[in-house]
Amino acid sequence: MAEVWIPPKLQQLTGGKQQVQVEGTTVRRLINNLEEIHPGIRDFLCDEEQEDLIPGLAVIIDGEVSLLGMLDKVQENSEVHFLPAIGGG
Amino acid sequence: MLEYKPNTVLSNEEFDTVGSSPIRHDGADKVTGRARYGADTILPGMLRGKILRSPHAHAVIKSIDTSAAEALTGVYAVVTSDDWPETSMKLVDLAEGSIHNLGFLSMNVLARGKALYKGHAVAAVAAVSTHVAEQALELIKVDYEVLKPVLNAIDGMKPDAPILHERLASVSNPALRPGGLLDDNADSMRTNVANEFEFNLGDVEQGFKDADFIVEKTTTTQAVHQGYIEPQAGVAQWHTDGKLTLFSSSQGQFTVRDHTARFLGIPIGDVKAVPMEIGGGFGAKGITYVEPIAALLARKAGRPVKVQLSRVEVFEGTGPTSGTQIKVKLGATKEGKLIAAEAELIYEAGAFPGSPVGAGIQCMMGQYDIPNGHLKAIDVVVNRPKAAAYRAPGAPASAFCMETAMDELAEKLGIEPLDFRLMNIASEGVRRVTGPMTPLVGYTETLQAVKDHQHYNTKLEGKHRGRGMATGWWANNSGPASAVLVVNSDGTVSLTEGSPDIGGSRAAMAMHVAEVLGLPISDIKPQVGDTDSIGFTSNTGGSSVTFKTGWACYNAAQSVKQQMVERAAKIWEIPDTDVEYKEAVLQHVSDPELKLNFKQIAARMIPTGGPIVASAGVNPPGPGPSIGVHVVDVEVDTETGKVEILRYTAAQDAGKAIHPAYVEGQIQGGAVQGIGWALNEEYVYNDDGALLNSSFLDYRMPTSLDLPMIDTIIVEVANPSHPYGVRGVGEVPIVPPMAAISNAIYDAIGIRMNDLPMSPDKILEALWAEEGK
Repeated sequence: MAEVWIPPKLQQLTGGKQQVQVEGTTVRRLINNLEEIHPGIRDFLCDEEQEDLIPGLAVIIDGEVSLLGMLDKVQENSEVHFLPAIGGG
Repeated sequence: MLEYKPNTVLSNEEFDTVGSSPIRHDGADKVTGRARYGADTILPGMLRGKILRSPHAHAVIKSIDTSAAEALTGVYAVVTSDDWPETSMKLVDLAEGSIHNLGFLSMNVLARGKALYKGHAVAAVAAVSTHVAEQALELIKVDYEVLKPVLNAIDGMKPDAPILHERLASVSNPALRPGGLLDDNADSMRTNVANEFEFNLGDVEQGFKDADFIVEKTTTTQAVHQGYIEPQAGVAQWHTDGKLTLFSSSQGQFTVRDHTARFLGIPIGDVKAVPMEIGGGFGAKGITYVEPIAALLARKAGRPVKVQLSRVEVFEGTGPTSGTQIKVKLGATKEGKLIAAEAELIYEAGAFPGSPVGAGIQCMMGQYDIPNGHLKAIDVVVNRPKAAAYRAPGAPASAFCMETAMDELAEKLGIEPLDFRLMNIASEGVRRVTGPMTPLVGYTETLQAVKDHQHYNTKLEGKHRGRGMATGWWANNSGPASAVLVVNSDGTVSLTEGSPDIGGSRAAMAMHVAEVLGLPISDIKPQVGDTDSIGFTSNTGGSSVTFKTGWACYNAAQSVKQQMVERAAKIWEIPDTDVEYKEAVLQHVSDPELKLNFKQIAARMIPTGGPIVASAGVNPPGPGPSIGVHVVDVEVDTETGKVEILRYTAAQDAGKAIHPAYVEGQIQGGAVQGIGWALNEEYVYNDDGALLNSSFLDYRMPTSLDLPMIDTIIVEVANPSHPYGVRGVGEVPIVPPMAAISNAIYDAIGIRMNDLPMSPDKILEALWAEEGK
């Protein structure tokens, strides 16, 4: 299972857990499974249509910023973070 | 070819073209005045547009009477925000990292309901000449209800602070970006805090308990402007079929197209944005100011309209970077290991939410291995121009705080500052305070390059002279990018790519193609395409262009190479696999008689199958971070407070410098802007929120007379995610200078300067305070 690092402000939805082990071979499936375990968390990560991440939110998979977002693949032992996207100058 | 090679260490692979420094294709036109910038567009019947700006920093716009202006002879159109639809407050991701709340952006371009800073655009006029347009502006009557402004974040956070947006939705959201407004039925939160965000790692309380040495400090920085030479300028022309063409200088023609279309409520397919040459941007030209207004005026006037800002308008009406207040607390063991860090970063967003505090917080300690940390970021709206991106947005201010604290901690520990950094670097696979693991980057190698450099090993002598060093970390970006190659019958190759060329990227893109095809750089003819002639390409920003658009050029060139192989195979009636392509010569793998060069095949491309064209669209992952290490010698004049830069050396991991001379130029440019930020530059406001130094005479940027040669060291630890090992280079060089100079001043006079700019008056006050002890 992948390990999802929960942003501090969302840890109230995971009972204070900082990391959660979740099944899922894509970010989308990961978030859907996370929602089943911790209802309500998807609304903070996905847009209204739940097709994309909230604009401004980056998903980092194994240290690399994903450019495919919800469609990106997640490996069995991946580490996944949700962080503010960094815009350049 | 230029016979020039900056200091380069650890170059991991040699190439034919990559790593050389040819003269840029657009260079001669630029130095002879032939290049065409935004303001150079002139169309038949074109009108001039001028913008009316708020004289108040904070005011309700009760009414706008444009009738007298409209009646003036020579005036063709007057517009306000009532002339375009109210834009949705939904967040939109228009490009990599370019997240915008278009509702706020629209209100920044033309105020709606409230003027939120002095210089906020309120109305605009199109007339036969600039003079007539200016006359008309004076005839527009705006009834303001003047409100008390809030001019800095700390004041803005006070319970009784004037509120900019009554319906601001203050959020605590991982997407630390411009939020929105509350629903109509929700109670006002009455706050100027747009967002708060935190990072936690390990047990920070225990970390500080275990620390033998602790340093705590607070730094402040003021808003500074990007200082690009070319003011924003754009021309809008509507066609009889209802389509719109925009000519402007920007860091992203697709952003210009998309913003303008959204503000006007028209399909993006109806808008073509033509990128003109750009006279500097440094992040600020990644958003739009003038093009939507020009389009609105041109539509109403029925004639093309040019809107060109003055320098005063640039200072007062476009975004500087944020002013900040940052607190940091660091703990280390007596052996010199960092074990705990705490920080609070407060950034001014300007009039609308969305400062670069998210980047500031993530870059602040990115280069260090710190197992326990708690970082907090706060984004606050104030009555100043909306903050815009400026070279490594957010990172220089947080590095100023962090790297001066590192210097203080090193002193307490009795360890050389550079060695203290070497002891605490986050090597590949080490977890950063913000969570993710550190990717491969040459931090050790860059520090070592400085440690080995003659500058660092030359003793500095003299009274009131000091040496300081600091490091900087920047995340770098990638994003979607496109390139198209067309082979011409004479063997030259036309390259169209989507990234506006700010720092010589045409040459770097052409070099990717030349390297793959084995052609001389002079045979590649690069141009930047408009939005109808090239695929979507995200902004020139985030140090992304050489990485992402370089990838597109590389892939397109590989396609050309394969097509050339197929044509040779067809001519010789042999399988493709029997053809070898080497240094622009195609030959049979075993028959040396069968040989044709690139030009010969190009001459025969029509009868062998038609034109050879290749395109590539990419969105490549893995840009990798950048590391910079700067060392500076200063002399402080204790009579006047002036700080003179005696010597400056900047080292940086470029991954692979495609064009070393231009990489060096980026490093030098960033360092110089950082020196200006450190010593001179700041927005100075009066209590009413009026900017007092809106000219280059009063807003003091460094010139060549103020500075020594900035020596550079290009370190090359290849980025494994790029075919030539490229890392972005444009942004990180502005991150270390302020801290390096502050540390050098301390070494010179024994005083810690924690407030930017470290201008003569502040140095003198600090000296006098010291003497008063």
